Formats: sequence, C-alpha cells, structure tokens
Amino acid sequence: MSLSPQLKRRYRADKRFKFYGLTAIVFALCFLIFFFVDIIGKAVPAFEQAYIQVPVSYNQSVIHNYNRAIPKEYRRLVSKSFLRTLGQKLEAHPELMNTTQEEWALANHRVDQFLKGHEGHGLKKKYRKTVEQMYQDGKIEFRFNTNFFTRGDSKMAENAGVLAAAMGSIMVLLITIAVSVPIGVMTAIYLEEFAPDNRFTQAIEVNINNLAAIPSILYGLLGLAIFINVMGVPRSSALAGGLTLALMTLPVIIISTRAALRSVPQSIRDAAFGLGASSLQVVIHHVLPLAFPGILTGSIIGLAQAMGETAPLLIVGMMAYIPDAPGSIFDAATVLPAQVYTWSSESIRAFEERTAAGILVLLTVLLSLNALAVYLRKKFEVRW
Amino acid sequence: MKKQIIAIAAVAATCFTLGANIAQAEENIQIVGSSTVYPFSSYVAEALGATGKFKTPVVESTGSGGGMKLFCAGTSMDTPDFTNASRRMKAKEFAKCQKNGVKDITEMVVGYDGIAIAQSKKAPSISLSRKDLMLAVAAEVPSKDGSHLVKNNYHFWNEINPKLPHRAIRVYGPPTSSGTRDAFEDMILKHLTKHMDVYTKLYKADKKKNKAYKKYHKIRQDGVYIPSGENDNLIVQKLARDTSALGIFGYSYLEENSDSISPAIIDGVIPTPETISGHTYPLSRSLYFYIKKSHIGKVPGMMEYANLFMSDQMIGEDGECTDIGLIPLPKEELAHYRANLKSLKNLTAADFAKKH
Repeated sequence: MSLSPQLKRRYRADKRFKFYGLTAIVFALCFLIFFFVDIIGKAVPAFEQAYIQVPVSYNQSVIHNYNRAIPKEYRRLVSKSFLRTLGQKLEAHPELMNTTQEEWALANHRVDQFLKGHEGHGLKKKYRKTVEQMYQDGKIEFRFNTNFFTRGDSKMAENAGVLAAAMGSIMVLLITIAVSVPIGVMTAIYLEEFAPDNRFTQAIEVNINNLAAIPSILYGLLGLAIFINVMGVPRSSALAGGLTLALMTLPVIIISTRAALRSVPQSIRDAAFGLGASSLQVVIHHVLPLAFPGILTGSIIGLAQAMGETAPLLIVGMMAYIPDAPGSIFDAATVLPAQVYTWSSESIRAFEERTAAGILVLLTVLLSLNALAVYLRKKFEVRW
Repeated sequence: MKKQIIAIAAVAATCFTLGANIAQAEENIQIVGSSTVYPFSSYVAEALGATGKFKTPVVESTGSGGGMKLFCAGTSMDTPDFTNASRRMKAKEFAKCQKNGVKDITEMVVGYDGIAIAQSKKAPSISLSRKDLMLAVAAEVPSKDGSHLVKNNYHFWNEINPKLPHRAIRVYGPPTSSGTRDAFEDMILKHLTKHMDVYTKLYKADKKKNKAYKKYHKIRQDGVYIPSGENDNLIVQKLARDTSALGIFGYSYLEENSDSISPAIIDGVIPTPETISGHTYPLSRSLYFYIKKSHIGKVPGMMEYANLFMSDQMIGEDGECTDIGLIPLPKEELAHYRANLKSLKNLTAADFAKKH
C-alpha cells in the first residue's frame, strides 16, 4: 500500500507535534529535577547541627558577663545563644553556684560549617586545629537540629528556626480562610444562582475576572491603604497580612466556586423546583453539596497560592526580623516565604542551608495542601 | 453540609478568640531602616528579647531613605520608634520630621562600615583610584581635553587610565533606594566632582537649570553600571560567575565571602577593619540610628535597647556585633555618643549646617 504524499506529510506533522510536546515536558521536568536536587542537596546538612562539650564554670561573674563562664579558648566556638541562657539557669538552680560542669552546648555556626566542610565557614585559623581535635575526641558531635523546628528566627544561624514563621503562616492562613471563603462563596452563589443577568452583573463579572489577574503587590498597597492607614490595623500583624491575602484570594475563590456551581446540571435544580423547593432550599440542599468538591479544591488552591505569597506582605511590613511566634492576630508576625527571603539575604554562610531547608518546609506544606485538595475532590466527587 | 458550615463557623470563632487577646498584646518596639545596619540592629533586638523582660523588637529592613520616610511620618504609636541609617539624616528629612511633629530626635553612631569594591577571587588584583571609579560610572565625564562634558563612553579600564588592564568595565551595585548607593555617590562622585571646574562651571553659569552640576552624582544608565537590588548576596553570586566585573557592597559581605571574592585596592589602601576605622580607607561610612524621644516611656524597653546597642558588650572593641562585621568606633567617639544618649541630646537644625 502506498501512501499519498499528502497523507505522509500529515503523518510527519503529527510526529513532529508529538515530539514538540515531549520536548516541552522533558524540559519542564529537567528544571524541576534540577531545582529539587539543588534544594534538597543544600537543605540536608541543615538538619544536622554541631554540639560541643565544654566546661562551664558557674560563678558570680557569669551574671554580669556570661562570656566568663567558658574558658577563653572555647569562647568563640560556643553559640552565644547558649551563653545567654546561663544567667537564667543560674537563677533557677542556685546550687550550681561555684561549680564547674562539663556541658554539651550548641556550637557556633562557624564550627558547624567548618566541620561540614563548607566553603566560607569563617572559622579563624587558630581555632581550626582545636575544633578538629575535639571532633576526633568526640567532644563535638552532630545531632538532629531540633532548634530548626522549635525556635523562631535568630541572628545566630545555629539557633535560627522556622517555628515563629510557621505559626505566623498558620495564623495568616486562618484569617484568610475566615474572611475570603465565606465572602467568596456567598458572592459566587449570589451571582450564579440569584442575580439577574444584566449590564450591572456583567460588569461585576468582568471586574472579578480582571482582579484575579492583577499583580499581587497591588493588593499589598491596597491593604496598606485600607487596613493599616484607614482601619488602624497594626503594621506587621497577622491580621493585616491575612486581610490583605484574603483580598487577593477572593477573585480566585469566586471564579472557581462559580465554575463549580455551573457544573451542577440544570435538571437537578429543575427537579427540586418541580417538587416545590424554594430557591434557598434548592441551593442549600442540592446545588451546594454537589458543587462542594469543586468549591473546596478552588479554595484550597487559592489559599495555597496565598500561603506562598510574599510581595503584598512586604508592603504591610511582615518581611522583618520577628523571632517571636505571634500570640494573637494583633502581634507582629512573619510568614514562611518571608522567612526564606530574609535568610537568603543574610551574609553568613550557615543561613544558606537554612534557606534551602526553609524552602523544603514551605514546599512540604504546599504539597500537602494540594494533596488534600486532590483527596477531597476524589472523595466528594459525584459523576453523572 | 451543616457540618461544613459548622467547621467554617468554628474557624471564624477561633480567629475572633485570638483577636480577643488584643488587651494582652503589648506594644513592640518597631525599628525600620538601612539594610546595612539591619544585621546589627536585629542582633541587639534578639539579645534584648533573650533577657525575657521585653518582647523582641521588630526590625524591618526598608533602606535608609525608606526608614526615614516611615520614621518622620508622625508621632502616633504605629510609627517606628527607631530608624537605622547607613548615612546621616539629611536636612530635608529633618525638616520633614519637624513638620510632622517628630520634634525630638536623638542621633547615635554605632560604628563603621566600609564600602568594598570587590571582584571574583579568580580575577587578577586591581588597584584603582577614586577618580578612575568616578570616570567609570558617571553619566557624563570630561572630554579628552577637559574643556567640556561628554557622555561617558568608556568601556575598558585602560581607556580611563593607561596603567589599568584592558578589561571591560562592568560594575554591579546597589539601586537608588539603598544607603550604600547614597554613600557611594557621596564618597566617589560628589567628593570629586564638586572640586572639578568642568562640572561646577556649568552650575555657576546657570544655578537653577544646572543645579545637578554643583555636586554631580549621576550614574550612567547604559548598562555598564548594573543596579542589582538590595540583596547583596546576589551581587556576590554574580561576581563569582562574572570574573571581569566589579561589585559594590558593604564590608561585612566581603568578610563573610572572602573565599570567593577579594577587594580591589582603592587609592592604594586595602579595606581592613583597621584601615576603615582609622579613615585611611577612603570608602568608609558611619552607621546611625535615630531615637524618637516622644515614644520613650510609652513603648517599654526603648532605653534598654538603645543602651544595650551602645554597650561594650555589643559594639566595643571585642563586642558581639564586631563578630558579624561591624567596625567599632574609636573610644572617644563612643564616649561622646554615650553621653548624648544619657542626656538624650536633641538633634537640631544647626547640626546639619556644620560638616559632619
């Protein structure tokens, strides 16, 4: 059988098209793999942290100057965050006064980086021999870096963690949910089920679609103008950030909710009306439950996007040094992506691996949110 | 469906109970300003928080100019209590502060920072004069015979000075919002152009129209000088790749990244802590912070923060801030500023009249 030249040409075009598609996917995959290998490779060392065994002498002078507690040759090897706690420890345990204890202390980030063999560790030459010797003698050991998960930001890299930022992120997200989901869903239900189709509602629809495409930084400026300057919400607070992100997420939720409502077959509404249900009953009893998985996925994706956002939060002052976890929504708070950004601009090398580890934590949270969206969609999905 | 409504209501309720804590929320110290002072300022903030007596102050890195704008916006409690700066407050900013009711301000100097001109460690070492640098980055430069100004057309260092190598001029530096940029323009461009007739004669000819030529500090925009954002790490990374380029940033970045970048010699001096605090290195600058006096007493911990920052433990010879790159003040100057802190000396318009 011989193929006509035209048919051959069409087959060739077909193959070429498949090939282009495949190249595009391979390309995208390569970037993704490169990104993950790079991030994970950099992040893994951050989960280990050096600890050092040093003699700590508790005496009167420690209260005035905590540096005196440790012999001079070890002073620069121990984290300042450990030394700072000594005065309080002595107050809590007066029986330690005038004793010397061998204690495991958090090691300075320079020691940590030096032993991990990272370039630019910054450990002075005169200490390197001591550190190597101590490491061989088992007086320095690596332990799992629990600080990274139990502490907030710190200027001492060895003491810095993501807890405060994670708490901030959760708080901001809760506010965003509480504000944007009810408003967004109600708006969508009204527009889709109740509103008449006229110039006015069409104008609203066009505007909502436009808002979804607006650069997020503009929401930050809007948030600054409305919430902080007019309503007097405290700058840098979780409330300011949450409200700003809620503004940003609203259009996404409205659009996805409307799409979900539209996908409920008209016959269901007609049947309910036929049985004498009121508009409210039709929506609450029939349309909403069926549209629920769609609404949920849309909302979760919108919220995941909000969670990874930094630009609007920069404007409302959340990109700052805020080491304490917020106690209320009016307290200053920072969020995970902002924390990652702050660390990435630190000059100390140990922050580089913490930046990568922070990205990993953020990615894990975002992936689990997306997985939740997929799971919920599958669970509640109704097929006709 | 009911369950879901309950869930949403529960979330909303949680948020409002959290909100009900407002009565307990104490006032945080708010600090804004220079990205160069930020590491030191937040280090002190952390130390203050670690004592357990005060909440850790919130430190935001907004750039010196941005910090002044927020600081001078007014005296209400949601305006910052301190602002950091890597250059002195300008007379214009002081006037704005006064206009907005921020009348009583105390000025502190905490130490020095050197501006480093650095390059990749792989590049052969380079020695430049301030004039070479000025001619490399100014938008307009004197013509060959020196009679008038022409658009900067230098693209290789040896075109400026035959002693320099034949190497393309490419400079990564901070953007206009940055205090490092202000300081660079002051110390390299203005410092030279205000004494060069070829610029100043234009100003003298028409003081209104040619005001810019009094102290000419315009940087060329033809891609030779590349503004690279407030993130100095980015410049470090670019230099590691682009071995023929130079970068401009704070000295602490040079110290931390001494494995990948090395300093250029400026006017025959290499930047070291000694040359910077001794003022022999020409590109050093003082680091400041400003106290809003009207907030003292209303925001807990303000004086404690200021005293801690000025203490030997933080900024003395062997202080903790020197570990992270601050270059300490000479003893007499430190004593001078401590005395000012004790009496909370007001900044006055007269302070801006005399040369600092």
